This record gives sequence, structure tokens and C-alpha cells, in this order.
Amino acid sequence: MSSKDIVLGRVRRALAGAPADTTPYEQAIARAYVREHGRRTTEQTVDLLAEHLADYRAHVHRTDAAGLAGLIARLLTDRGARRVLVPAGLPPQWPAAVDATRVEDRPDATHDDLDSVDSVVTGCALAIAETGTIVLDAGPAQGRRRITLVPDHHVCVIRAPGQVVASLPQALERLVPTRPLTWISGPSATSDIELQRVEGVHGPRRLDVVLLDDAG
Amino acid sequence: MSSTFLGLPSFPVAARESTRDGQLRANLRHATHTIRAKRAVAVGELSDWGELRAAGAAIKDHTLAHLDHYLQQLEQAVTAAGGHVHWAADADEANRIVTDLVHATGETEVVKVKSMATQEIGLNEALAAQGIRAYETDLAELIVQLGDDRPSHILVPAIHKNRAEIRDIFRTQMAAWGRPAPQGLSDEPAALAEAARLHLRQKFLHTKVGISGANFMVADTGTLVVLESEGNGRMCLTLPETLISVVGIEKIVPTFRDLEVFLQTLPRSSTAERMNPYTTMWTGTTDGDGPKEFHLVLLDNGRTDTLADTVGRQALRCIRCSACLNVCPVYERAGGHAYGSAYPGPIGAILTPQLRGTATELDASLPYASSLCGACYDVCPVAIDIPDILVHLRQRVVEGGETVRGGVKTVLEPAKGHTTERAAMRAARWVFTHPAAFAAGRRAATATRRLHSRRLPGPGRAWTDTRDLPAVPAQSFRAWWQRTHTTKGGTP
Repeated sequence: MSSKDIVLGRVRRALAGAPADTTPYEQAIARAYVREHGRRTTEQTVDLLAEHLADYRAHVHRTDAAGLAGLIARLLTDRGARRVLVPAGLPPQWPAAVDATRVEDRPDATHDDLDSVDSVVTGCALAIAETGTIVLDAGPAQGRRRITLVPDHHVCVIRAPGQVVASLPQALERLVPTRPLTWISGPSATSDIELQRVEGVHGPRRLDVVLLDDAG
Repeated sequence: MSSTFLGLPSFPVAARESTRDGQLRANLRHATHTIRAKRAVAVGELSDWGELRAAGAAIKDHTLAHLDHYLQQLEQAVTAAGGHVHWAADADEANRIVTDLVHATGETEVVKVKSMATQEIGLNEALAAQGIRAYETDLAELIVQLGDDRPSHILVPAIHKNRAEIRDIFRTQMAAWGRPAPQGLSDEPAALAEAARLHLRQKFLHTKVGISGANFMVADTGTLVVLESEGNGRMCLTLPETLISVVGIEKIVPTFRDLEVFLQTLPRSSTAERMNPYTTMWTGTTDGDGPKEFHLVLLDNGRTDTLADTVGRQALRCIRCSACLNVCPVYERAGGHAYGSAYPGPIGAILTPQLRGTATELDASLPYASSLCGACYDVCPVAIDIPDILVHLRQRVVEGGETVRGGVKTVLEPAKGHTTERAAMRAARWVFTHPAAFAAGRRAATATRRLHSRRLPGPGRAWTDTRDLPAVPAQSFRAWWQRTHTTKGGTP
């Protein structure tokens, strides 16, 4: 008998005697919780996102299409970045004003190659206002998961309000579960020592979030 | 069963030691009170907390009631996405599977992201016995590993150590495990975190095998979910070529949508944050992104025995948030080590005796590691009635009875000791089933109330060494009810 059969057999014996329940799953669970907490205008939802991102010590910036290239260039210069990673599908105008050497996201690059990169610029799949969360799904302008992990500085551009949802239930509706998903809420952090929060352990120690106005 | 925890003293013996440690009690009190207050604020932000809690409990109960179905669905989905699924009936089998998988890669080192399941089965020790070195990468787990210590809290395993103690561990032990601590390391938390970053960086970049657990497994998509804060999880889940995840069979949720409940309740209950810094979700393998090989080891190790107990099975709803530890007056004073397993605090007191049985003195003593105050139930995000299970398990320890061990029905002998309680329970049962005797006893107690000592005689004396007996009121509740509520012709 395989271990699978053993475990499944134990489960069935443990559950034996319970009345058969054939309610379809969609109806089996009372979901009386809300789809969104409170009511906000689109503008207020974006403000809430900015506020919650900042609560977790992400650096939040707002700009429009005309100001974006200059802002990205300034964020990289301020950080002293010499090598900047750009994933496939990043709109060419975003890093247009960057002086630093651009490095592409290549599949054959080693982790050490990545470790020599100072900053990475990406887009995202969506952002959640209530929790201050950015979600990456390895889609266009986002690249492989490791490129937003190994470099010490991540600049992430969110089109707002287009990519901003209010709540977690609204975010899950929009995501494709089978894509590799990375949820980011502020820079990496630990509270393991006397519960004192320290930003920056293994992931990027600085997270710059750019809210790019895409209204109208 | 983990060899790590074999031969440990019973809870009262261990707690007697730990409660004498002033430093430990100060560290614990500070930590639990801080996080408890923050949690209350984070939970207070959500007007529908009660509804989320009820939905979380319902999702878990439904999943457990159809566990065989969801396990097979999960296996199918993971396999279809390029992963390999292994089944482990107990700890030894899980350890053997993981050891063989690591051997097959030809590697002798693995990086690990904090996992309760691998602690439970003693995986690190099993790997070490086969010449494989496992590096813990969570900051607190690193502190515990370097200090040759044991975790004492689910969320913050090094909660019992203060900054000066941690600095000393880093200074003296880091060199033996890899890059030494920086010269002149201070005890500032930021400096200590930086030392951990430097120490682990090369291991993340070059180790070919990662080992993890998972917070959730989604049956219909085969998606695994890990919540974390430091980025060590992302490192272990994306950089190695081979990823092995050891996950308890109760960690399943039926659909991706179900995460909308737990991703709201878990971070707020656990770290008191709206959302933890990093969450990784992966489904099998993805070409050109992350590990090329993914193995999922589904772990039973006493979970199906727990499922067989209709009262105790709700312990399997647990999402390991640790909110119950932070509000528990017993945990706050005794600390996590006294519980003698990977699962300390109130949840450990009900989970460990069910996963391992109550054969050892330690495991039989765990259901008593509580004052039954109920604070753990109030904060539990999946509404596990911990006090109810504690009482149920106490009864099992004292009276014995039918239970399931290793999938086989067994009749437990009453535990040694506990003779007084057993006699008292037998007497109580007789009195409660003989109403005339009960009424007579009640009247006698009231009539003689002024003569009662506040101490118990005979074998009950130990109980009243540390507490007074409650005074018997002038009138019994039944007598009062009869006097004030009885209507004509009616019986109360």
C-alpha cells in the first residue's frame, strides 16, 4: 500500500459516519464579510494607497507622464546607482533620462550578476489601497521574480488609478493564480529582535513607489 | 515524532524552571504586551472582523470534512503544473523523502525558510545525520540555530533573547557557520539585521536547494502561498534550482478566492500589520523563473488522528498566527520552551497532545498548561474553541478511552496519577445522575457553610496550597431559581 493510500484511508476512516454533504462549495460558505471597507472616490482610494505604502516606509512619489522620466532618473541618481536593471516590456520612455548603465533581464544571468546591479525599475500588475500592497505577476515590465529581490533598490511604477484596487477581495479577482505572484508591502523588514521594526534585511532595502497619473 | 523534543520534562517541571528566570519573564512580558496591543489596533480597523473570522472557520471546517477530495485535487493540480507530490504518513517518512531528494541533487547544503512543519518533524537533525547541512535563514531562526537553542514562539522564535544576548551569539558563533560577524558589532537591532544580511547573502546566491513549508495550498489551482517579512522566504523560494516544500495536509483551502479571507486575518493576527512585507505564491514550476524542480511533501504525522476526534479536530483550522500565545497568561510566564514542541502556547497545548498522543508525561501534562481563561479563543482568527478542547483532552488523560493513533483505533488507559481527579469525577457523575443525593448534598453544603475551611483535606490539599476554596453562598443557585422563577404548576 502506498503512503498516499495510507493517508487517504486514514482521512476517510476519520470522517466516516459524518452525514454526506453535497452542497456545492460556492454555497457552502457564508461570506458575510465586505468586498471593500468604507466608500471612497477613486481619488481617495489612490490617496489611501499612498498613505498605507508610506506607513510601511516605502517612499511614495506622484507624477504624470511628462514628469516620469525625470523622476526615475533623479531617484536613481540620488541612490548613486551605476547599473540599473530593466525588464522586458518596460516602456522605453520610463528610463529615457537615466545616465546609469542599463542591464537587461537575461535568463542566463547568474545570481551574482544580479547582485552587481544597484537598482531595478519595474511596473506592476496591480496595487491594493487598503493594505498598501503592490502585486507583481512576472508580466510585461516586471520580469522574473529574482530581479526585484536581489538588487538593493527597487523603483516600482503604479499607474493610478488604473492599476489600483481598493481591497484584497478585488485584487484576487483580477489575478491569475497560476502566474508566479509576489506581493510587496513596503521594503523588507524584521521585528525579530525585541519586536523593534528594522527595515531592510534580505530584499531591497529601499522601495521607491511612483504613482503615475493615468486618469483621463 | 521529533527526536528534538524527546525526554523533555513535563510542563509544570519545565515551567517551574522558566518562571524563575527574571530576564526571560521580562523579555516575554514586553514582547507579548507590545504585540497584543498592536494586534487589537490592526483588527479594529476591519469592521467585518467577526464575519471574516466566521468565514475562515467555515472554509477550514468544510475543507477538513472533504479532506480526501481536496488532497487529491491538489495533487492533480500541482502535478499538472510541473511539480512532484510525495505523501508522508509520519515524521520519519517525511524526513526520509526530503533526505533522498536532497541526495539526488548531489548537494550537501540547503537553505531553509522558517517552517513549523519541518520543526515538528525534526528535519534539520535528520538531514544532519545524513551529512546535509540546513541553514535557517529567518533572522530569529538563525539566532536560535547559532545559539544551539530551541524556538520559543511561533512568530518570533527568539523572543526569549534580548539584543545583548543576540549580539554575543553572533560574535561567537557566526564564524563556525560561514561569514563571521562584522568587527565591533553593536547590539542595535539594525546592526544585527545587517550582520545577518551579510552572513546569509552568499548562501542565498549559491545554494542549489531550498526547503520551505507553506501557509496555504490552493486545491483547485495547485498554488502554494508563503507569507514572510524579511525576504529570506523569497530568496529560498526563487533562487535555488530545487525547491522542496513540506506541508501539513490541513493547510489546504479549496479555491484561490478563499485567500481573500486569510490574507486579511493572518497578517493582522500575527504581526499586527495590514499586510506582511512579502507574500510569494507559486504554482508548480515556471519556465525561466524560479526553481526548475518543485517537490511537495504532504505530511500527516498525527493530523488524521486529530481529524478522527470530532471535538479536537477544530485544532486543524489553525493558521499559525500566534495571537493565542500573546494573550495567554500561562505562556507569558512560562515561555515557549516549557511546552516541549514546535507549537508553544495555547495552540500547542491542544495540538501537540493530539499530534503526538498523550503517552509521555510531557504530552499528558500539556492540556493542563492553561487557566481556561478563554482569551485565546477570543483572539483566534479561525475561532478555535481552545478551552473546550483543553477540557476534552484533560478528560481523555484522566479517564482514558477510545482514540486513534497512527490511523488505528486504540483504547487509552487512564494516565497514572490523577487518581484524585478520577475519583472526584466518578463521584460527581454518581451525584449528578442521582438527583435526590444531589439536592441533599446541596442543602447540606448550604446549612454548614460557616463551618467550611478554605482548604481542602486529603489529596485535594495540594490544589488549595496556592488558592482559597470559594465560599459556599447562603443559598444555592437552584434554590434561588426555584424561589424567584417557579411559576404555578411549573417546574424549574
